[in-house]
Amino acid sequence: MEFPEELKYTEEHEWVQVEGDLVIVGITDFAQDALGDVVFVELPEVGSEVAAGKAFGVVESVKAVSDIYAPVSGVVEEINEELPDAPEIINTSPYGDGWMIKIRVSDTKELEGLMDATEYQAHIAEEH
Amino acid sequence: MRYIPHTTGDVVQMLERIGVGSLEELFTGIPASARLKRPLDLPPAVAEGELLRELKALAARNATPSSHLSFLGGGAYQHFIPAAVDLLISRSEFYTAYTPYQPEISQGTLQAIFEFQTLVCQLTGMEVANASMYDGASACAEAALMSVRLTRRRKLLVSRALNPRWRAVIATYCRYLDLELVEVGFSADGRTDLDELRGKLDSQAAAVIVGYPNYFGIVEDLCALAGLAQGAGAKLVAGVAEGVALGLLKSPGELGADIVAGEGQSFGLPVAFGGPYVGFFAARMKDVRAMPGRLVGETVDRDGKRGFVLTLSTREQHIRREKATSNICSNQGLCALTATVFLSLLGKEGLREMAVQNVAKAAYARELLAKIPGLSLPFAAPAFNEFVVRSQKPLGEVLAGLEAQGILGGIPLGADYPELADAFLVCVTEQHRRADIEVLATSLAGGAS
Amino acid sequence: MIVGTSGLVLNEKLLFEHSDPGRKGYSLPQLDVPAVQLPGELCRAEIKGFPELSEVDVVRHFTRLSTWNYGVDSGFYPLGSCTMKYNPKVNEVACRLPGLVDVHPATPGHLAQGTLALLFQLQEMLAEISGFAAVSVQPAAGAHGELAGMLVIRAWHEAQGNTRRTKVLIPDTAHGTNPATAALAGYEVVPIASEGVLTLAEVEAHMTSDVAALMVTNPNTLGLFETNIEAICALVHERGGLVYCDGANLNALLGIARPGDLGIDVMHFNLHKTFATPHGGGGPGSGPVGVSAALVPFLPGPMAVRDGDAYRFAGTAESVGRLLAFHGNFGVMVRAFAYIRSMGAAGLRHATEMAVLNANYVRARLEGAYHLPYADRSLHEVVFSDRDLANDCHTLDVAKRLIDYGYHPPTVYFPLVVKGAIMIEPTETESQETLDEFCDAMLAIASEAESAPELLKNAPVRTRTRRLDETAAARQPRLRWEE
Repeated sequence: MEFPEELKYTEEHEWVQVEGDLVIVGITDFAQDALGDVVFVELPEVGSEVAAGKAFGVVESVKAVSDIYAPVSGVVEEINEELPDAPEIINTSPYGDGWMIKIRVSDTKELEGLMDATEYQAHIAEEH
Repeated sequence: MRYIPHTTGDVVQMLERIGVGSLEELFTGIPASARLKRPLDLPPAVAEGELLRELKALAARNATPSSHLSFLGGGAYQHFIPAAVDLLISRSEFYTAYTPYQPEISQGTLQAIFEFQTLVCQLTGMEVANASMYDGASACAEAALMSVRLTRRRKLLVSRALNPRWRAVIATYCRYLDLELVEVGFSADGRTDLDELRGKLDSQAAAVIVGYPNYFGIVEDLCALAGLAQGAGAKLVAGVAEGVALGLLKSPGELGADIVAGEGQSFGLPVAFGGPYVGFFAARMKDVRAMPGRLVGETVDRDGKRGFVLTLSTREQHIRREKATSNICSNQGLCALTATVFLSLLGKEGLREMAVQNVAKAAYARELLAKIPGLSLPFAAPAFNEFVVRSQKPLGEVLAGLEAQGILGGIPLGADYPELADAFLVCVTEQHRRADIEVLATSLAGGAS
Repeated sequence: MIVGTSGLVLNEKLLFEHSDPGRKGYSLPQLDVPAVQLPGELCRAEIKGFPELSEVDVVRHFTRLSTWNYGVDSGFYPLGSCTMKYNPKVNEVACRLPGLVDVHPATPGHLAQGTLALLFQLQEMLAEISGFAAVSVQPAAGAHGELAGMLVIRAWHEAQGNTRRTKVLIPDTAHGTNPATAALAGYEVVPIASEGVLTLAEVEAHMTSDVAALMVTNPNTLGLFETNIEAICALVHERGGLVYCDGANLNALLGIARPGDLGIDVMHFNLHKTFATPHGGGGPGSGPVGVSAALVPFLPGPMAVRDGDAYRFAGTAESVGRLLAFHGNFGVMVRAFAYIRSMGAAGLRHATEMAVLNANYVRARLEGAYHLPYADRSLHEVVFSDRDLANDCHTLDVAKRLIDYGYHPPTVYFPLVVKGAIMIEPTETESQETLDEFCDAMLAIASEAESAPELLKNAPVRTRTRRLDETAAARQPRLRWEE
């Protein structure tokens, strides 16, 4: 199981790559492993608003379905157009090609609440 | 008792292996206060032969095609059922099997459902169909809810010419979901009033729901209805109560329907005092994730061999729970199989031939009845196998007169349509011979004026 | 000793792949009235792709398909919470009797006294069995009965003016239909935890003034009787709520305890479980709903009532309405009626006793080899887990290997509170001999997990298809045949 050091994490198992006031979001290796083979992913439209802690999309496997939560508030600047036709990328490359959306952050202070890799691993250990 | 194999010896051995002294000890988990302290008060057990005798006595108290000539329709239809149908669905591997959750030992059920889904798509002209619903009325209610999910709007425009019991079921399903049900009336020709609909469509309309044919047997103008509905951003739901009509009429799909909800009882299921019947449900592929009900999909096994599985299950209750597209768990599996067998036997030509005969015989009946003084046929629009007859003489007397001659003339409309309190709905199918229709006409002529 | 074996099973294409233009499988008499054409613009061209087959083709097709299935008549079906008991054959004759099978649902009441009487008597018998004041037999399936039940609960609350009660409490052991149904009744779901059984404390903590109802299953999906149920019902009532019971597990209680006597307000029955009507490969079932006296006016209608010697349908003004176009799955009701009449009170109680005996026997035989998460006395079903299996073998592998042994697998991965759950409900219609063979198979499989795990991982091998690719089915859905 991978937990890249340079990323931030949420309790709901999303990872966040921070680049100033633009963040890239996806789901973690732990999440994709728990889901199993991803068969479908629903992403928001470019330009739509997202709110911290609220669901922005859905990821489905054969036996489970999960909401994906926005780590921060802002506007969706870009979505990964590859994913709808090839959702399995989320399984094979959750931190790389499996990225989901890019958010233009409205309040960078919200980034402070995110966990680092160590805290995230501890969180998983606690939950399970 | 022949269904329970345990001998007293077996029970003793098993109790010993479990490590308890008596059956009573197995129930110690139930608090004494919760225990029933008397035997259940039920009729004493009856032997097999006696049971059948008792049931036959009950059966003898009912009107059937053997005792009465019936022209009842209104959502349940008397059609020919080929002998092979019941024999095939009585194979115990079909009827004593469970839901096909273990696909490797359920390929019979799964392939048959895949075939059912295909047949429904072909009949309705739609892209995807589910494994069936409880009945046409509840399927129509689910179609209304699916339209609400897709459009995120809250208003449902329902034609008054849609089967009243279907409308009642839609109302029940919508009861606590904060939805608005708006009635759209019908015109003098018996079809949904397009002007009234146009007036009532707005940006809150999620769906327009009509019967095809409607309750009066009339063929609605689905193309015009689709244009109006979709023009306002709403879905057109076509409710097909008489499946045989699709053997001849243009499919709702080719006329622009977004969702088709129908009743498949006509496809090989006996009328059986109301059930079990089978709802069919079809939509466009782009909306499949909003669909209720089970879906069977094609796939391959580890050796690359074609097989079938339940799929897209994450829409359903056992996974999605409170966010599921419906709470539906069962379909009407064996009934869907029955329809599949029936449609395979009738086939392309047979279903059309059956439909053609329905139209011709109903038309013949209309022609004869229209000539009877004191009777009139109010609706002029083209109809399938049902039509409305108005009577100058009190309806109660007319129908009682027919009944006295062993005829069930039709369904009185007054309870559902006060303006038609003097009218009844007559259904004629391929099961009626020319002589039967003439008997109806003669009897009505004798007592109508 | 393996009961499952390989045999000659025939391949069979799809109906449409057999089609040959011009073949027919039907027989209709010639039209004996003048032919009539509907206006051309109303009529379709031929139905593209619709099958054209002879009767022989169709009979061979479905006969072959049937041989790929496994029914209760083929063998043991230990599916927990499904009550796959034997389907009596006289019931199949009963529901096909002329005078029952061919009565139109719109037949005037005075000409349908037999069917009405049967409906009425079934309502009464189910009420007596369950301890409720009245039962509606209209709902078509368990989930449908559950919907009826939740609508009745809401209707009662609205009649009381309790419009601020927007939530329903649902334990973590509940069937998936429970939260889905609550949502359909416009309620918000509040999950509550159980320690095996529900505790009064847990319910109390959540039973606030905005809660309309608690949904329970009793016995629960772990096969345990909810020992605190009477106190829980009293508490919920005290706080202004109602209790709904999922009646899927009623087979553990016939003649032993009645949900209505325990304080439960509403319960649905599954005629296709407890009352031996066939599962049909996925239906038709029947899901009657029973209620306590205060809720009777709200039942879906109309219902059969008796006036002296005569029967008729009657509705109430407060009814939640219709759930189906007609009266319910009457053909299924005839079978259930026949079953109850064949068993009688003593027979039904004996069924429960043997069902509980069978489940405990299986438990005793398997508890060394499979992990048993809950030690309490279980009733008609028992839940194991895959925790102690060797070599990374999981519940799914056990299930698939059981197929090779000739058994339908038990319920797997449910209830969700047990990781890798294996839920076994033998029912009373299985002999000790069958149970011993099944347990021998389960023990052999546990042993194979140790010594030859690939037998589990590759299973099933004796079936017509091997494990199927469910991922591909979901990723590129092919839901119909196309030319």
